[in-house]
Amino acid sequence: MTLVAGICPNGHVSYPTHPRCPECGEPQEGTLDLADRTGEVVTWTHSTATPPGVREPNTLAIVEFDITDVADASDEFVRALGQVTTDEVETGDTVEPVYTEELRDPEAGIKVPESQDWDGYRWKPV
Amino acid sequence: MGVAVIGASMTKFGQRDAWIRELLSQAGEECLVDAGVAPDDVEHLYVSNMASGEFEGQTGVMNALAHDLGVLPAYSERVDQTSSSGGAGIYEAWQSVASGASDMTLLVGGEKMTHKTTGQATDIIASITHPDEYKHGVTLPSFAGMTARHYLERFDAPRESLARVAVKNHKNGVDNPKAQFQKEITMEKALESPIIADPLRLYDFCPITDGSAALMFTTEERAKEITDEYALVSGVGGATDTHVVHERDDPTIMGGVVESSEQAYEMAGLGPDDLDVAELHDMFTILEFLQLEGIGVAEQGTAWEMAMDGATAKDGDLPINTSGGLKSKGHPLGASGVAQGVEIYEQLVGEAGPRQVEADTALACNVGGFGNCVITTIMEAAE
Repeated sequence: MTLVAGICPNGHVSYPTHPRCPECGEPQEGTLDLADRTGEVVTWTHSTATPPGVREPNTLAIVEFDITDVADASDEFVRALGQVTTDEVETGDTVEPVYTEELRDPEAGIKVPESQDWDGYRWKPV
Repeated sequence: MGVAVIGASMTKFGQRDAWIRELLSQAGEECLVDAGVAPDDVEHLYVSNMASGEFEGQTGVMNALAHDLGVLPAYSERVDQTSSSGGAGIYEAWQSVASGASDMTLLVGGEKMTHKTTGQATDIIASITHPDEYKHGVTLPSFAGMTARHYLERFDAPRESLARVAVKNHKNGVDNPKAQFQKEITMEKALESPIIADPLRLYDFCPITDGSAALMFTTEERAKEITDEYALVSGVGGATDTHVVHERDDPTIMGGVVESSEQAYEMAGLGPDDLDVAELHDMFTILEFLQLEGIGVAEQGTAWEMAMDGATAKDGDLPINTSGGLKSKGHPLGASGVAQGVEIYEQLVGEAGPRQVEADTALACNVGGFGNCVITTIMEAAE
């Protein structure tokens, strides 16, 4: 399983990937797997008014991954949004990605279940 | 070519029995009457609506409204830009007249939402997000919670400043007979209401609303022939930010607000110091701060001080959301940007009743998604 960010020829990194780099418009041909890295919580919330098929409360966090060690990257970090494995989280916490087969019930919401993936990574404080 | 607004209307906002076609036709018909325009004079009809298909199963609302109002064979189009569909409709209506394509353009925005549960409505709105956001169960309120936490922590702003936005806008809404809530709230009530996406609580969020609003646009030349009371659309700008919210360089800067307001100021030859009154998209209290900073009224990280010292109150230096804002007036998605236009038009022509402030120049900022698409409009009173 991978948590794939995209890299363009100019070293701009984004998660998720895009066909063209949002920063410079070049094709985003390279990839970077973030799954084995740890990140730092930038901000978070406990969402209590959740839509059908989503756990309640749903603790969410935006996490920043340091990528200064990646030779091809000119960006110093890349951010990602995800559910948190626990309700106990604080800004600045270090977290690791943990794979989950189903983040919400694909059948319960408005979207056609086959239109997208439902597995992904939650953030687990370390 | 100068573009003028010569009429405005809005239905009562709130929980309504009417469905989308009836809501749209009610506001549309009232706008025809207010502007003194016959249906067969309308050359273009724009209908701002985010999701009538998803909410109600009714599509093709522009055609339905054109037929129901008797404006056939006017060119008609539905405008969807999520929560900023109304602002986008103003942009389209302005373009239609400014380009010479239409001499008389009717814009009607509307949404019917309250028959859905809060969860269902939240899900329809959350479906605007990227699949890699949606699968985590992210909602627009949760983006607001994460952004508010970051703002308060980074700029050392007090939690009370957000509650002051809610209290102010509820107070303004008392004087708006079309508002969903004509009810003042206390700081205590706001600060002790249930958590929705902490640090934000129930009273930091706008309600789910049914309603419709309309504006009539024509050339400045024709406006002068028809009426003495009109407003000029002197600036309009529209811009798009990232689809994925966490990809923005700075979580507290709404790029679409900055870009669209710069365009509108440039077109109008004005700046933030020239504003007398403004309607901002307070879908969440934190958005009032981000927009005050985005439109250049406040420096980054300081707009909360304006809420604390009363600068944005009706009797303050720059009254914000005299209508009650989305917070108390309600937020029928496609109608909201049009209703902002209705409020600033009424302020400029002196028809705002007990909400009236002294104003020659007014701005409306309509935000789609979480700043994903933004339209800023500047109107000025006719000389």
